[in-house]
Amino acid sequence: MNRWKTLLVVFTLCVLLLPRWAEAKKLNVVTATTDLAALVQEVGGDKIQVESIAKGYQDPHFVEAKPSFLLKLRQADLLIVVGLQLEIGWLPPLVNQSGNARIQVGASGYLDASQFAEILDIPTGQVTRAMGDVHPLGNPHYWLDPDNGRRIAKGFAGKLAELDPPNSAYYQERFQDFDKRLTAAEQKWDSEMKAYRGRKVVTYHNSFPNFAKHFGLNVIGYVEPRPGIPPTPSHSIELIGLMKRENCKLVLVEPYFDLKTPQAIARETGGQVVQYLPSVGGEKDVTDYFKLFDYDIGLLTKAFQATQ
Amino acid sequence: MKSLWAVLILGLLPVKLFAQQTAPPPPAGSSDSALEQHVRELEERIIALEGQVRMLKASAAQPAPAQPTPAQPAVAAQSPGIQLQESAGQAAGVPQPVTSPAAPATQAEALAAAAQQGPNLGGAGGSAAKALNPDISVIGDFIGAMGGNSEQNTVSLQPIPAFQMHESEVGLQSIIDPYARGDFFISFGEEGVNLEEGYITFTALPGSFVAKVGKMRSVFGKVNTMHNHVLPWVDRPLVTNNLVGGEDGINDAGFSIERILPAPKGIFLEATGQVFRGDSADVFQSSQRSDVSAVAHLRGYRDLNESTNLDLGVSYARGHNDLGTGFLTHLYGVDATLRWKPLRRSIYHSFVGRSEFIWSDRQQLPATQKSFGYYASADYQLARRWFVGGRFDHSDRSRNDGLTDKGGSVTLTYWPSEFSQLRGQYRFTRYANNIDANELFLQLIFSLGAHGAHPF
Repeated sequence: MNRWKTLLVVFTLCVLLLPRWAEAKKLNVVTATTDLAALVQEVGGDKIQVESIAKGYQDPHFVEAKPSFLLKLRQADLLIVVGLQLEIGWLPPLVNQSGNARIQVGASGYLDASQFAEILDIPTGQVTRAMGDVHPLGNPHYWLDPDNGRRIAKGFAGKLAELDPPNSAYYQERFQDFDKRLTAAEQKWDSEMKAYRGRKVVTYHNSFPNFAKHFGLNVIGYVEPRPGIPPTPSHSIELIGLMKRENCKLVLVEPYFDLKTPQAIARETGGQVVQYLPSVGGEKDVTDYFKLFDYDIGLLTKAFQATQ
Repeated sequence: MKSLWAVLILGLLPVKLFAQQTAPPPPAGSSDSALEQHVRELEERIIALEGQVRMLKASAAQPAPAQPTPAQPAVAAQSPGIQLQESAGQAAGVPQPVTSPAAPATQAEALAAAAQQGPNLGGAGGSAAKALNPDISVIGDFIGAMGGNSEQNTVSLQPIPAFQMHESEVGLQSIIDPYARGDFFISFGEEGVNLEEGYITFTALPGSFVAKVGKMRSVFGKVNTMHNHVLPWVDRPLVTNNLVGGEDGINDAGFSIERILPAPKGIFLEATGQVFRGDSADVFQSSQRSDVSAVAHLRGYRDLNESTNLDLGVSYARGHNDLGTGFLTHLYGVDATLRWKPLRRSIYHSFVGRSEFIWSDRQQLPATQKSFGYYASADYQLARRWFVGGRFDHSDRSRNDGLTDKGGSVTLTYWPSEFSQLRGQYRFTRYANNIDANELFLQLIFSLGAHGAHPF
């Protein structure tokens, strides 16, 4: 009985409050990472206010669940997460403590962006931690494929329209515009990278498969012996051997990893370390989704030219 | 649900067949690019469908989404299914001429497969039911000790034996319904079991309140809230042992309400009020129903910059002690934590400095004992897997404020991975009666399964 009463009260409150949100203020969107923030900003324009919890130069697996993030989550109308257990170590306690019913898992203000994207590396068979820090649902670094960026943005346009129906045409229009600009940029990126299709690279962590797939690069190994496990001397020696055999010259490293081992590997193989950016905001001037690819492709093409 | 899967599979199969069949060189010319366009569209559809399937699987593991009205959850739970059937149907409609002969066979197969899976148990069997299981974890805590400690007088300080499987903590955690989640931490000693914590958290209360009901570690200070495996030391500080009940601490059945308070921009202010039965280690003891204990905590937090933050708290606890209903113990605490973690190198370096000051007013005969104690500690992360730390201890005893114990520790911690930890600690203690103890502890902590993150 009581439950029904509570529900009735909650419902009435929602009915009273919902239209007011829609009219009164911008939608308050909080995202787990800067890439999702950049994409939702493309679609939401000036009708939304966006903030990301993790910074672009931070390892998104290991964010501290600081109370200051609770202040942001408390006000949020929409929380967008990368999903696939990327944030499992820090986001759930924040969501629980936020006291914000709108963004609890399963509520309309909780959005898992992975549902829109093409997900790679989904493990088949049994997953154990002997494999390291594997993500049993697939590789969560999926935003580095422009096609996925488009799919995610399309999903965001739908979600924003659902939460803010009066502006749904606006969001749709912004998405169309983004789509057009992205298609044009993609043609440019594709042509820039065309000469290097099939080139072999090594990355520090397995955060590159979607980028590699889109631009036809071949990731032959990782500096980490297993995901999340720091490099070991024996694995590095193996990797050096592999790179020499395969004539692979580039070691790609995320900005939050130590450069010592990658540099030693590059020295041994006569190659180069490229500190690429996995996320928007990794460098000061990489402020949106387009600049992220401009930056990384600039680095890569230069490095490919220099090493061959 | 099962028929839905069947439809889905049926829908997807022809799409895939079609995609494969059209991939080899078709007639050249304008139809070429049209076909390419078509395949692209189909690919987009498959990716969207895959995403929906993942979400469906995930939502099977969780209860229906939170919706404001009782009628809506049912609709919401159905609508993804309806969408799926629709889009699967559309997809199947396109390549019909090519694959229609194959369809009946696959349909029969799907039906047979569905039949093989046995009767619908209403969520009581099969993988869907397993998906509803809570996250289960076990954390083992093994301690070895060397050196002598002849002090026997302290109430709660039990000497650690040479080898001890100190604790096996089983965690069971899950979302209960759209309004609450549940957490159980059951602590197995070498003999005997203890419910360390078991509570429900109401996450969707009006007015931004968060409530917990059950048995829980109270929010008196910092160390009292921490499970053994998240402590930066093998033991607990002297002040915790002497004044706040040691390892078990203030840990009792009751309820808790917390809320984030309005504060100037950038400051996080949170108040918590808790009421318990009144039984906690040797600190509180209830001899009748009205002997409840209460704990209050106010926490202020501020980011000084993106890598440094300061966390301050004041706590108060009140309860009846072991002398009976007429005798109260009041505890007052102040805690401060300074954390530093550079974001670009967050996995390699960090620093935590922490201190707690605790005052205890214990009513007893012939006179109330006013004891005071504190600890101050610092922990620095040298490298990705290495931590070094130190702690200074000073505390009166709660039953005799004239006796003061002092001590200090240094620790070295190594993490083979995120899921195991090896720690050595050297501890020196000078007890009030001038007994000195030099001890060396070795601790191995290992974690199985999905253990939810602990609050910051």
